[in-house]
Amino acid sequence: MDTNPFTESTTHLSLVTIVAEAILEQRLIRELKGLGVSGFTASMAHGQGSRGSRAGDLEGGNVKIETIVQPALAAEIMAHMESHYFEYYAVIVWVSEVGVLRGDKYL
Amino acid sequence: MDALEVAGSNLATPAILAFLLGITASLLRSDLRLPEPIYQTISIYLLFAIGLKGGVALSESDFSSLAMPALGTLAIGSVIPIWVYAVSRKAGRLSIPDAAAFAAHYGSTSVVTFTAALVFLESIGQFVEGFVLTLVAIMEVPAIVIGLAIAQLRMASSGGQGSASLRDALHEVLVGRSIVLLVGGLFVGAIAGADRMTSVTPFFVEPFQGILTLFLLEMGVVTARRFGDLRTAGPFILVFAIVAPIVNGFIGVVVGEATGLSVGGATILGVLAASASYIAAPAAVRIALPEANPSLYLTASLAVTFPFNLTAGIPLYYQLAQWVGG
Repeated sequence: MDTNPFTESTTHLSLVTIVAEAILEQRLIRELKGLGVSGFTASMAHGQGSRGSRAGDLEGGNVKIETIVQPALAAEIMAHMESHYFEYYAVIVWVSEVGVLRGDKYL
Repeated sequence: MDALEVAGSNLATPAILAFLLGITASLLRSDLRLPEPIYQTISIYLLFAIGLKGGVALSESDFSSLAMPALGTLAIGSVIPIWVYAVSRKAGRLSIPDAAAFAAHYGSTSVVTFTAALVFLESIGQFVEGFVLTLVAIMEVPAIVIGLAIAQLRMASSGGQGSASLRDALHEVLVGRSIVLLVGGLFVGAIAGADRMTSVTPFFVEPFQGILTLFLLEMGVVTARRFGDLRTAGPFILVFAIVAPIVNGFIGVVVGEATGLSVGGATILGVLAASASYIAAPAAVRIALPEANPSLYLTASLAVTFPFNLTAGIPLYYQLAQWVGG
């Protein structure tokens, strides 16, 4: 039995995940849209990291934003995050390869 | 009542006791926390209830008695950030962004401290003008704008990126929920008037102090979680976070008396001047001034100034108001 979930109907795309202090949510979403992101999923998240100091104690901890995009756009998002956020904010970003159905949705 | 009795009766109010219980629970590593959505709901309730109450009072007071205290409040909100910035730079040797963040926080105000002061004055039967609620909204904004503007002027490097985030920050302050609920509530209360408001008083007025008490329990936990940062804050921050509210409280009381407020009203203006913001200002500063270190300004305003004002500051400003007024 073939258990490989990646079949000919799945398309390989990049899933970019951003976990950031909650106060950045609106700004990040605006900037992602500006870069050409057409959809995303945002959820509240909490955890612990190296920085630990933020203005978020009273405004909710972290936000996690996930978006599935073409690899080229993923690279742009990563570069944008790197140049605008890492110095002062509590932010982590990672990218992973995912297989999606209906790949043409993400063009 | 002598000074000790006043201080004691403030400490013995359920709200302040709940705050101390929250601190104790946190220090004992209890798992006590309000769930986040409930905390948010309660803070919306408190802000809106304060706005509504202020609106009703506003509809019943005459505007000529409000004009001078309002101008005085605006003046205080503009002067405090300037002296705070200068002292933080010179005496505290803080960086430009850190000093500007202190200016924004200490010039702005804490709605919870203000509310606790109202409850305290009510409990000892002290008259307070109803329109002081409008002074909260006036005190909240100018210092944040001035603090951020100082940083903008002093930091050549922030350039284009900086002005975009300053705009974001102003948006955050002006349409942030504390201003929307306070000012919006003032309008709703003033337009509806006392008679029509009776339909909502069972929800917005009668349970108010109980809900405030629950909120302060949570604030005690949040405050105590910051205590760990006190070790790294340095002596200037600790001294400043106690001295600044006393100085500002005195300024507030004197301006209150000079602009015709009663002893209760002057006490409230003292509390507004003395308290430091820990909701509106941190949000705005974090966006517009990311270089400023939150563990300095939040530790000062939340872990030192806030508990100081709640426990010792409020009765102290009341004493000052009696002394200046008498």
